[in-house]
Amino acid sequence: MDFSFTEEQQMLQDSIRRYLASDYPLEHRARILASEAGWSPETWRALAELGLLALDIDEADGGIGAGPVGTMLVSQATGAGLLLEPFHSSAVLATRVVSLLARGEQRATLLGALASGEAVAVLAHDEDGGWFEPRATTAEADGDGWRLRGRKARVYHAPMARWLLVSARTQDGSGVFLVEREAAGVQLRPLRTVDGQRAADIEFDLRLPADARLGGEASAALDEALDLGLAALCADALGVLDRALATTVQYARDRVQFGTPIGRFQALQHRMADMYMQVEQARSMTYLATSACEGGDPAARREAVSGAKVVVGQAARRVGQESVQLHGGMGMTDELDVSHCFRRLLAFELRMGTTDEHLHALQALARAGAA
Amino acid sequence: MDLNFSPEELAFRDEVRAFVAAHLPDDIQGRVRRGDESQVADDIRRWQKILHAHGWGAVMWPREFGGTGWDKTRQFLFEIECAAADAPIQLPFGLKMVAPVIMRYGTPEQQQRFLPRILDGSDWWCQGYSEPGSGSDLASLKTRAERDGDHYVVNGQKAWNTLGQHADWIFCLVRTDPDAKPQRGISFLLIDMRTPGIRLQPTRLLDGTYEVNEVFFDNVRVPVGNLVGEENAGWTCAKFLLGHERTNIAGIGASRRELARLRRMAAEAVRDGRPLAEDPVFAARIAQVALELRALEVTNLRVIFAEARQQAPGPEASMLKIRGTEILQRITELQVEALGARALEYEGDGEDVPRAVGQYMNLRKLSIYGGSNEIQRNIIAQMVLQL
Repeated sequence: MDFSFTEEQQMLQDSIRRYLASDYPLEHRARILASEAGWSPETWRALAELGLLALDIDEADGGIGAGPVGTMLVSQATGAGLLLEPFHSSAVLATRVVSLLARGEQRATLLGALASGEAVAVLAHDEDGGWFEPRATTAEADGDGWRLRGRKARVYHAPMARWLLVSARTQDGSGVFLVEREAAGVQLRPLRTVDGQRAADIEFDLRLPADARLGGEASAALDEALDLGLAALCADALGVLDRALATTVQYARDRVQFGTPIGRFQALQHRMADMYMQVEQARSMTYLATSACEGGDPAARREAVSGAKVVVGQAARRVGQESVQLHGGMGMTDELDVSHCFRRLLAFELRMGTTDEHLHALQALARAGAA
Repeated sequence: MDLNFSPEELAFRDEVRAFVAAHLPDDIQGRVRRGDESQVADDIRRWQKILHAHGWGAVMWPREFGGTGWDKTRQFLFEIECAAADAPIQLPFGLKMVAPVIMRYGTPEQQQRFLPRILDGSDWWCQGYSEPGSGSDLASLKTRAERDGDHYVVNGQKAWNTLGQHADWIFCLVRTDPDAKPQRGISFLLIDMRTPGIRLQPTRLLDGTYEVNEVFFDNVRVPVGNLVGEENAGWTCAKFLLGHERTNIAGIGASRRELARLRRMAAEAVRDGRPLAEDPVFAARIAQVALELRALEVTNLRVIFAEARQQAPGPEASMLKIRGTEILQRITELQVEALGARALEYEGDGEDVPRAVGQYMNLRKLSIYGGSNEIQRNIIAQMVLQL
């Protein structure tokens, strides 16, 4: 039992924290948010220079190989900094999918472009009507290649991606297919998510060469990458929760009404104590999920990760609401960071399987375990 | 970061599990399992003697006083295994409360006189802290102790004294200087329960049981040698004691055991022709509380890890107390829901019904005692959030 972090891990987190604190203030972020593209290639280059885009590339492939714990620590910082750039989508999720599946020259090309920041890739996985596996997207053998057809929903950061890694049902189970975003037969409907990030619904109907399929049957690799992605998303939300609580406590110290700081009122103190406890339970479950991603039994990993999504999601709901409430009218304004924390926490609840979907998944796991 | 127990810790857990399975008497286990408290004092004493004979009488004490010297992780594992096997509790008033105070502030004579008899279960201790007018505001206590030669003469009244009807000794906070500021005029006294002038009056509780007493002191003469620490420095002892009372305060072992019981009850209960466990609404409630317990287990281990580095229980223990009691209370609520209308037969002789309903009612105390959950929230607000 050890809850400490290595110096190296701590340094990774410190480097992104420092960068975001100095170069990513709320006003700067607001300009990016309002821009046409919705992200800053300049920030992306800075993240590449910090080495963070190679975080989840194995050392054998020339990356940092920071593993789940390093990913967690950096993700906490991206959450606390309300980062808009596709770190989670590209440097965690898509990078892990490529690392787990791609081979040979393709692997080297993809990982090289991702690590340098030259290209962004996203995993196009989510579909309407269920999150856990591809349903309506299929890939059929077609001559010496593939015919990919289907529809993906609300794929985060797809508009800025060069490559889409598309999960699809195949005859042997499921597969992941490499698709150029600009290829004919790929139609994007860009949208803005509730937390201001850029995403897209995507329709596919195109022929792909044989080597578009990364690796073979991909169910286990997809599960592994998605679980790490979920754990990292929990860590991102944990960073937001920390910021929401800290900013609320500070506001309660500063805001004076009836001649006294409102943080002196017991009715408010107890609510902040409850927020603190929610955040700490979220932290514990994020640690548990991250630890489960280190290896071992996939069923235990699934259980820990879905458990974390539920606990962090419930904390996101409560702490988000309470942060706004305790800020009073100011909590309703776009000007303060608390409103942006609120929206990112709301998005967390809804992304990569809602709280309810993961609660159901847990019950299904429990039934399977009992049977 | 590594959330796995080490191979040594897992081997230790297996050793505890095997010991408890081999040495916990069936009749005691049966009563604990049924919630039968008719012989509770005897059961607790017998189990303490069995543990002591094995060298495990005081798992939270250092070796120099006859404890195991185990670290907090091993204490945590021990508590979980004992609870899972339906072992009786070890009485906290001696082991976890007065003993650490005697070790820290007592004279060598007091240590030799009292500690071995706590360890082997010879002396049963009870607590004299709260008073009718002094609960959360403990420092306002009024029980007086006036010096008269080699004795203190104690007059006053203590409340919420748990299981004092079996006790040999009581540790008390008494006011020795009525003119000083409230915290400054308090002393920590050890009083023999057989001293003339002590009278117990049982308090009938919400669940119909007698578990606590009021204790009246009428000119009770206590030798000056029974004072622990300096006169008027008792508040220091009181705070020290409250810090140690929090060892394993999250009660993970008890909650795990009761959650397993809840799952069994839900599988056995039939509603509309199918097991209640398959009802999605009820299953979701169980899944929710199970998750909250899992999160708290990890939080508990985090606090243990942090404390091992700081050597002192921090204000985070308040979170363990609040969440641990809320979770166990929730599980007992769900047990009653699993019984449905059968729970009305509290006074019947079934197995699950009186146990679950009694426990549901009795454990309302959890969020009140040991510093109410509201006081714990004050502590978090002030000590952790610095409000």
